[in-house]
Amino acid sequence: MNRKKFITFITNFGMLIASGGLFRTTLMGATENALAKNTGLKKRFAMGIRVNECIGCGSCVVACKTENNVPKEPFYFRTWVERYLIKKDDSVVIHSINGGLETISDSFKEKNILRSFFVPKLCNHCDNPPCAQVCPVGATFQTEDGIVLVDENRCIGCGYCLQACPYGARYIRPATHTADKCTLCYHRIKRGLAPACVEVCPTQARVFGDLESGASPLVRLKRMKNTHVLKPSLNTEPKVFYTDLDGVVR
Amino acid sequence: MNIETSTGLAALLKQVTGYIYPNEIEIQWSILIVVYPYITGLVAGAFILASLVKVFNVKEVLPTYRLSLLTALSFLIVAPLPLLFHLGHPLRSFEIFLTPNLSSAMAMFAFVYAWYLMVVLLLEIWFEYRTDLIRWSEKEKFPTNWFYKVISLFSTDTSQKAVTFDKKAIQAITIIGIPSAFILHGYVGFIFGSIKANPWWSSVLMPIVFLFSAIVSGIALVLILYMIITPSRGEPLDMKCLDKVASFLLYAIIIDFSLEVLDFIHRLYESEESIKILSDMVMNRLFLSLVVMQILLGMLLPLGVLILIKISKFNDELRKLLYFVSAILIQIGIFSTRWNVVFGGQMFSKSFRGLTTYKLEILGTDGLLSALILLILPFVILAILLKILPPWGRRLDNLDEKEALAG
Repeated sequence: MNRKKFITFITNFGMLIASGGLFRTTLMGATENALAKNTGLKKRFAMGIRVNECIGCGSCVVACKTENNVPKEPFYFRTWVERYLIKKDDSVVIHSINGGLETISDSFKEKNILRSFFVPKLCNHCDNPPCAQVCPVGATFQTEDGIVLVDENRCIGCGYCLQACPYGARYIRPATHTADKCTLCYHRIKRGLAPACVEVCPTQARVFGDLESGASPLVRLKRMKNTHVLKPSLNTEPKVFYTDLDGVVR
Repeated sequence: MNIETSTGLAALLKQVTGYIYPNEIEIQWSILIVVYPYITGLVAGAFILASLVKVFNVKEVLPTYRLSLLTALSFLIVAPLPLLFHLGHPLRSFEIFLTPNLSSAMAMFAFVYAWYLMVVLLLEIWFEYRTDLIRWSEKEKFPTNWFYKVISLFSTDTSQKAVTFDKKAIQAITIIGIPSAFILHGYVGFIFGSIKANPWWSSVLMPIVFLFSAIVSGIALVLILYMIITPSRGEPLDMKCLDKVASFLLYAIIIDFSLEVLDFIHRLYESEESIKILSDMVMNRLFLSLVVMQILLGMLLPLGVLILIKISKFNDELRKLLYFVSAILIQIGIFSTRWNVVFGGQMFSKSFRGLTTYKLEILGTDGLLSALILLILPFVILAILLKILPPWGRRLDNLDEKEALAG
């Protein structure tokens, strides 16, 4: 083999691998689009959180862990609840309510409390999700109905999505070594049920619904109340809408 | 669920200060991800030093030319390993080639890497060594001669025309190689710099800072290798070469330092939402690795020494000693830089209200031992490459030359 042939061979080989990869990606994209068209009306699932209604009982955390087989240890959460204590000097003390995994008994130890409230957190199912943007193999993707999911059979466990998520909503599932996070209980909502956390909330602080449907309780909430999203400056366009959200919450 | 992991994380929980999101307790990118940009930086830096000879015609550094290329190759071969070992599913890594997500910076790694290895380094080394390979294949005994025949790809043409073509090809490859080296390491910087959720990483300067720190570390590494290998072969060090390499090292450090100072001042002056937690982190978590190791020992001290050598007239022996010590300090400094980037970006909570900490494991795929093995491996590969492709010509040639001189 002379030099020229060798160089041509190497170049062709490289291009063959690259084009194979591109072809497979395009093909898969086309299949997904075709599937989406067959599912009928377009939906955009989202969640509302009524901050003033949350009593910090942690039922949602327990329900989520049970429903979705989330590891019980207090380092892995698809949803969690934060308790904010705003003190008279404007300083903020925050604790996480880990569904009874950790007891907060210091409520009255803190002095000079101005006010206190709870904020449930979960994946924001961003319309512009940085996690899906950075996933090197497309294991994190957006469904046609606006939910961000992880394909655990495709995820290579690089952890880049955890770095890219501004909300700390992801963790690596120890059993599978793959990224995991809230799916809005996709397996339930596709059957017309509410997500587990919404189902168990005793005060209806969590409101689930389809943003495309005028009859949805979430659309009604958005019509009646001012809502906010977390970290709007990052342009992730979150789909978890908070009412009565305090400015100190990040 | 691994009980050890659980206990480990529970112990870490006690060291958390302020409030962090509950999923943030575990640091995801370990020491292996520190090793990765460190190694790719050395590749890019060593290649830039090599290109000084061919593109910018800096004749003084010629003795380091082949050594730089082989150094770059040995480190490039190891570069993907820390990434691979770090993956939760290393066996799925080929998915990056098969179904790359084109919007992901990380997915581009495979292409950047393949391009750099195949089109730049291997080709340049092949053209550089081609005539030598032919010569060695003729002179060596079986089976070594066949080995050289195979890696010369059965090329036999040593005519003047072919040699001229080799030179032209090398020039062309180096010209492509410089932007490629920039892309290789600038891209690694982009992986961090493009994460908008992370104010410690998110900066347009990140790829450029990575690049110049890469050049600094690569030049310093070749300087160290040259200073160790040459005397061990019983040959004198070329002081002109050393001085020139050290000059380029000094210029690169000045640019790198200026960029880092600019980044620091810019952050401090803008004083964004994250400034409090980042200052807290620098003072309480990264003080030793950032202020002491990276800035004082790894940057200011060698910078001062190299400037002192420039303005004073030290004798050869003292200069050698100071160059060597500076280059070692620079390696420590740049490794600390990578450490501070990787861990700094993960120790503060994205709630900007608390800090977690990193506990270095000794054993395990993510531990210190793996990192050390991956840092030593390129030197083993380099030793083998130096044996196969000696930059100084084979002993056989030297004997021939001696015979010719004697004759």
